[in-house]
Amino acid sequence: MSQDDSIRTEGQGAPADHHPTPMLDELESGPWPSFVSGLKRLRDNADAQYAPMMNDLLGQLEHSYEERLGFWKGGTVSVFGYGGGVIPRFSEVADKYPASKEFHTLRVQPPAGMHYDTNVLRQLCDIWEKHGSGLIAFHGQSGDIMFQGCSSENVQPAFDELNEIGFDLGGAGPALRTSMSCVGHARCEMSCYDEVKAHRSVINEFLDEMHRPALPYKFKFKFSGCGNDCVNAIHRADFAVIGTWRDDMKVNQDEVKAYVGRVGRKYAIDHVIAMCPTRALSLNDDDTLDVDNKSCVRCMHCLNVMNKALAPGDDKGASILVGGKRALKVGDLMGTMLIPFVKLESDEDYENLVALARRMLDFFADNALEHERIGETIDRIGLPMFLEAMEIEPDPNMVNHPRTSCYVRTDDFTDEAEKYFERKAREAGLDVAAD
Amino acid sequence: MSSAPTLRRPDETGVPDPFQYMHPVMKKNYGNWAWHDRPRPGVLHHVAKSGDEIWTVRAGTQRQMDIFTIRKLCDIGDKFAEGHVRFTTRSNIEFMVSNQAKVQPLIDALNAEGFPIGGTGNSVSMISHTQGWLHCDIPGTDASGVVKSLMDMMHQEFIKEEMPNRVRITTSCCQINCGGQGDISINVQYTKPPKINHDLVAKVCERPAVVARCPVAAIRPALVDGKPSLEVDEQKCVCCGACYPPCPPMQINGADSTKIAVWVGGKHSNARSKPTFHKLVVANLPNNPPRWPEVEEVVHKILYAYKDNAKNWERLGEWIERIGWPRFFELTGFAFTKHHLDTWVGARKTMNMSAHVHF
Ligand code: HEM
Ligand code: SF4
Ligand code: SF4
Ligand code: SF4
Ligand code: SF4
Repeated sequence: MSQDDSIRTEGQGAPADHHPTPMLDELESGPWPSFVSGLKRLRDNADAQYAPMMNDLLGQLEHSYEERLGFWKGGTVSVFGYGGGVIPRFSEVADKYPASKEFHTLRVQPPAGMHYDTNVLRQLCDIWEKHGSGLIAFHGQSGDIMFQGCSSENVQPAFDELNEIGFDLGGAGPALRTSMSCVGHARCEMSCYDEVKAHRSVINEFLDEMHRPALPYKFKFKFSGCGNDCVNAIHRADFAVIGTWRDDMKVNQDEVKAYVGRVGRKYAIDHVIAMCPTRALSLNDDDTLDVDNKSCVRCMHCLNVMNKALAPGDDKGASILVGGKRALKVGDLMGTMLIPFVKLESDEDYENLVALARRMLDFFADNALEHERIGETIDRIGLPMFLEAMEIEPDPNMVNHPRTSCYVRTDDFTDEAEKYFERKAREAGLDVAAD
Repeated sequence: MSSAPTLRRPDETGVPDPFQYMHPVMKKNYGNWAWHDRPRPGVLHHVAKSGDEIWTVRAGTQRQMDIFTIRKLCDIGDKFAEGHVRFTTRSNIEFMVSNQAKVQPLIDALNAEGFPIGGTGNSVSMISHTQGWLHCDIPGTDASGVVKSLMDMMHQEFIKEEMPNRVRITTSCCQINCGGQGDISINVQYTKPPKINHDLVAKVCERPAVVARCPVAAIRPALVDGKPSLEVDEQKCVCCGACYPPCPPMQINGADSTKIAVWVGGKHSNARSKPTFHKLVVANLPNNPPRWPEVEEVVHKILYAYKDNAKNWERLGEWIERIGWPRFFELTGFAFTKHHLDTWVGARKTMNMSAHVHF
């Protein structure tokens, strides 16, 4: 049975004047679940308050398909006490489609790791049945649950009910944005820190920045438990927390042998050993594995392929990368390494993470130009100045290679080198003359 | 006279605590998982250090879901799973069960309701996408419609794990690219400078802010018919659309000039090679609803050239790195033009600074 037939019976008659949608109808065929069938189910639920709205929404969408143009414009809508979190949409063709003339979205923060139970999903549906369009996206690309389609009048009551069952608005505008964390500790053996704790500790500390937009531009945090970066922190977060470890990876040699036995030596050599980006691996004659941990960059490839045999080490934590964003205005920026390793174990470690986040947000608020992402600020002022503001020392892990341009003043090179050796000595637990 | 209604102050609760919703086996073994395997496409089997096991069944959804669909998924979750679900970043839903015997009935129930099972391992997962005509205020195309068409075409690749490595596809309905980077990215590309409605500019736009927004300084304040407005140096304009959000009278969308471009080789995982941005393959494809057949054809060609030619574990971009771009264009049959040569900041770094050539 197709999905469409089984659910369509829920609603009875369509609004009498329902708009013809010949183009959208074509998106009901094919094996993938159809959002158009979903919109029609809402339109056809004649008793529901949203049925006329969804009829006109379908009409406007069909109109977009015909004209190859969009017909929404923004505006201002918010809830009491907050400045952001609602994306206002007013129709430019409301004369033809009056019932969907207001079709606002509430961005709502999901539970860390996007866990739900059916009970809470039903509550969310009931609230949106009563006040909204009945259309919900799990989730937007910043992680929000997007409750799409609400009249201006219903925004406040919808938010109040969502808020009463423990949900809060997310970010929009020049503000701290909603965040995302991977499934990590909840179900993934690769996870190197407690993503839920990091996500909730950081974001919940700065809710004022989310709810009352006052930053130069958007600021996004994202939390991935390892270098596989399942929530795409590196491209899309101003502040990416990516799990890693410092000591040796764990090798279960019996499982290595079992793996090689299963796939064959050639396959194991071609697909594990030869694909290590730093040539850190070697297969011994007895089918055990040699790992040169000093060369390993924790890329995750060999752990992904032989996940029963290999595991992250014990000294776990995270790398912090900064400045990822898309094109506007200087071009794409990839998050770049700022802190190769922070320990994330004790409560104090998580407090330190929050403190670093605070330093960065304060710096961003004070120094970024309007409409400038932090990656662009760093490019503008140069990484050394940013490091000084963040009280972070330069580290060779921050670069692919040292500078190639000779246009630089180096008259304090010797002093800087001295500081470096003192820092190294301190890290090694030695007494330093300057102390 | 009625007094103003008292407004409820929000509880600034922030990120909800997920432990109240999490499957008990996941809660119990939080941070203590040992390994996993995939008994079949769409099913993950995780084993904890304690020996506890959990099976996850992953199903595709249409992302923009009506409440009937969500309630249907909840009914299935109550009857055939254990009442706990989570969503992936690509809008797949995952049902967790603590007993292997529940896996097949759960799959059968989801399939019977039209939800495909897959998206794990080396498959083509659901496309991460944006809002489009359904909701955004600057969209050049639809997002849900493009995605529906492409997922219909790639349905078999979602329910199987037959790709060399995972394939992550994104769509974006304007150059802001909210959909993000992907192995294959299908993005709107404007092809004409904005058309300015001079009657509205002074009323609607903060002119200095608009001037500042342009990445190539192509916008200048101007007097048009005696009214303060803006003008665009069309030689300079790169048709990025950045002036449109702060100044809607600078219309960037045009029914005939809004086109679609396809990009390849974006990757966020650090596995093997470092993360990469996607690169242009084809531009100027027609924005052709409701099924976008030209886009579908291009994506199909790229996907199957990759499937047929890449080695196991090579991501799309890594495969091209190995075989070289000349071979990629040869295998897919697309044209290589002057528009493939980067002209933006740092463009020289994208050139071949060696005598390495592929023939
Ligand atoms: C008119 C303005 C815009 C609208 C309506 C819009 C809409 C959206 C939506 C609906 C999302 C998903 C949100 C969520 O998951 O909560 C999103 C994400 C995103 N937007 Fe926009 N956007 C706009 C402007 C911009 C601009 C100006 C940029 C950058 C220059 C931008 C870059 C992004 C990026 C990179 C994401 C993905 C973020 C992530 O994955 O975390 N957007 N946008
Ligand atoms: S990012 Fe790493 S830890 Fe997180 S879910 Fe993905 S593989 Fe697991
Ligand atoms: S994690 Fe990556 S770098 Fe390290 S040994 Fe494995 S394949 Fe090599
Ligand atoms: S990509 Fe552009 S059109 Fe699409 S949702 Fe983002 S801002 Fe809107
Ligand atoms: S479209 Fe982009 S380049 Fe052209 S005028 Fe507008 S902001 Fe400038």
